[in-house]
Amino acid sequence: MNLQAEASSLKKGETLLDTANNLNAMKPDCFVMRHSSSGAADFVARHLEIPVVNAGDGTHEHPSQGLLDALTIRDRKGTLKNLNVTILGDIAHSRVARSNIHLLGKFGARFTLCGPAMWVPRELEHIGPPGTPIRCVYRVEEALEDADVIIVLRVQTERLYEPSLSQNDYILLYQLNAERMKLAKPDALILHPGPINRGIEITPDVADGPRSAVLEQVTNGVSVRMAILYLLMIGAVEGATHPALEAKAKA
Amino acid sequence: MLLIKNGRVLDPASKTDALRDILLDGERIAEIAPQGRLAHADTRQSFDASGLIVAPGFIDMHVHLREPGQENSETIETGTHAAARGGFTVVCCMPNTKPVNDNASITRFIVDRAKAFGHVRVWPIGAASVGSKGEAISDIAAMREAGIVAVSDDGKPIASAKLARQIMDYCRTLDLPVIEHAEDVSLAAGAVMREGIASTRLGLPGMPAAAESVCVARDVQVAELTGAHLHIAHLSAKSSLAQVRFAKQQGLRVTCEVTPHHFTLIDEDVTYDSRFKMNPPLAAREDREALLDGLADGTVDAIATDHAPHEPALKDVEFDRAPFGILGSETALGLALEQLVHSGRLPLMRMVELFTTGPARVLGKERKLAIGEPADLTIFSLDRPWTYHVQESASKSRNSPFDGRSFTGGPVATIVAGKIVYKH
Repeated sequence: MNLQAEASSLKKGETLLDTANNLNAMKPDCFVMRHSSSGAADFVARHLEIPVVNAGDGTHEHPSQGLLDALTIRDRKGTLKNLNVTILGDIAHSRVARSNIHLLGKFGARFTLCGPAMWVPRELEHIGPPGTPIRCVYRVEEALEDADVIIVLRVQTERLYEPSLSQNDYILLYQLNAERMKLAKPDALILHPGPINRGIEITPDVADGPRSAVLEQVTNGVSVRMAILYLLMIGAVEGATHPALEAKAKA
Repeated sequence: MLLIKNGRVLDPASKTDALRDILLDGERIAEIAPQGRLAHADTRQSFDASGLIVAPGFIDMHVHLREPGQENSETIETGTHAAARGGFTVVCCMPNTKPVNDNASITRFIVDRAKAFGHVRVWPIGAASVGSKGEAISDIAAMREAGIVAVSDDGKPIASAKLARQIMDYCRTLDLPVIEHAEDVSLAAGAVMREGIASTRLGLPGMPAAAESVCVARDVQVAELTGAHLHIAHLSAKSSLAQVRFAKQQGLRVTCEVTPHHFTLIDEDVTYDSRFKMNPPLAAREDREALLDGLADGTVDAIATDHAPHEPALKDVEFDRAPFGILGSETALGLALEQLVHSGRLPLMRMVELFTTGPARVLGKERKLAIGEPADLTIFSLDRPWTYHVQESASKSRNSPFDGRSFTGGPVATIVAGKIVYKH
């Protein structure tokens, strides 16, 4: 069952909770939620007793993307341990970047976050697992040296509540192109969560080149998500808790 | 006649801290004498305050009673009932009702409604601008006749420096304080909590401390220009407090209040539960430390709850969609005892000031236990253990982050105009 907010009763003012309860009344085995509010999946999980999969909540997390990125890196690099990971673009508003940091940080990754100042606030240095080295730099040249993995984020130049950033400036300062890629290690891996803005954050030749694993990410996404659904629905994860069931037990 | 006997009387105005008996006659205090020495010891009605503190009736100078217009969330009756249970004898209600209290008719409605159904005294605050839209100045003088004690566009800042100047000039001549919800709207736009590591981790848009202090700076300059009395509502940031401290040193008539949730919680306490969402948001650790210092050293004049009820249907949504605000009346004293007194941060008498003479002075009034004064008393315990269960609240709403919290000491009895309006 697939539901889009614009086409649903949410547009008529039905609350998220009512929508979730109504859908739950159709007795699904599992909920997969992609929502524009950070914490939306957490909110629903606190009220429903079935598994809730966070397929992306606001600017908070995109766990399955983190997992499929990790799978892609491990396949290409042979390891997840102690890699130099550069994330390039609008990290402040990226749930993908946060999930990458949380997950790869557990394997000893060292992070370089790079983009325009308003998209790379210093607070990002503190959000990884304790002890994770994270540095913020504002020049792409600094970010590419020594990188084992380069994760390129999509650029969204229009934003609510904020003056928009010049696309021309972004391309001039941060676009990942062949010339800049010469600064990176020869075997540096390029990832992008998609969809790609060809010619903006990345040039077509780099996006389609041998170091890019963008399409492999998509393929890996299918198996990762199959695994997530399987493990959650058969209850296979030992010691796993559910917020609503925990709250019920406490009451 | 009501005799309050065997209590430890704390009266900041006279600096009294002693065992006293107090006799209330009708709506006034008739006699005060050392314990056991009152002439009318055989009064029919008496309250034994052994082991308890007896203070002048507490004032909460910042609440939202939601009536007229939002009675699903609270009414004057339920809001004042919650206040009484919190130990408050007076509340000042903000004007952001529906319609906004920007004219004498609405003010009179609130005053009359409170007289008929209120559990405690209600002193209304009138809107500074019509509809709080920040365009025209409202009927401030007419509302003053109808009973307002201050003006504010609370919920928002006064829309421009120019308007703030005009309102402050006007209110200076009318002897009314101007209460400011200090917020730079452009810096705060879209934000749902304080900007920092916590907001970055949660992926929630945040506003920096500067969103508040930039506006405080503007208003302090205008207060200097006009000589008006400026009062900063729900002050939350170290940088704002520093400006208030400096303004006071310069002899300016600038005062401020702090809420219990701001001296108790910080941004790291925020989860995706909208019971942690209010404006100004929970601040950083260093802000809380600064507020605690300010409460102790007198830079902060009053504790005020910003009691902001919202019915469950409104608050039980995704964090970023929920309205700002949490309950405060019933937990204020418990939190103040826990965070300020039991922690050793400040003396008990100073805490009593923050609830009595502090807010009274801001509003140009007096609060004291003396013969002839109004018989408003707050009787509380320093050590009785209790747990706050929001389901038992007198409020119509349930939006408190302190549900289930245990306290040591709290309200025991509240007396307004000589009548016991709450007894534990």
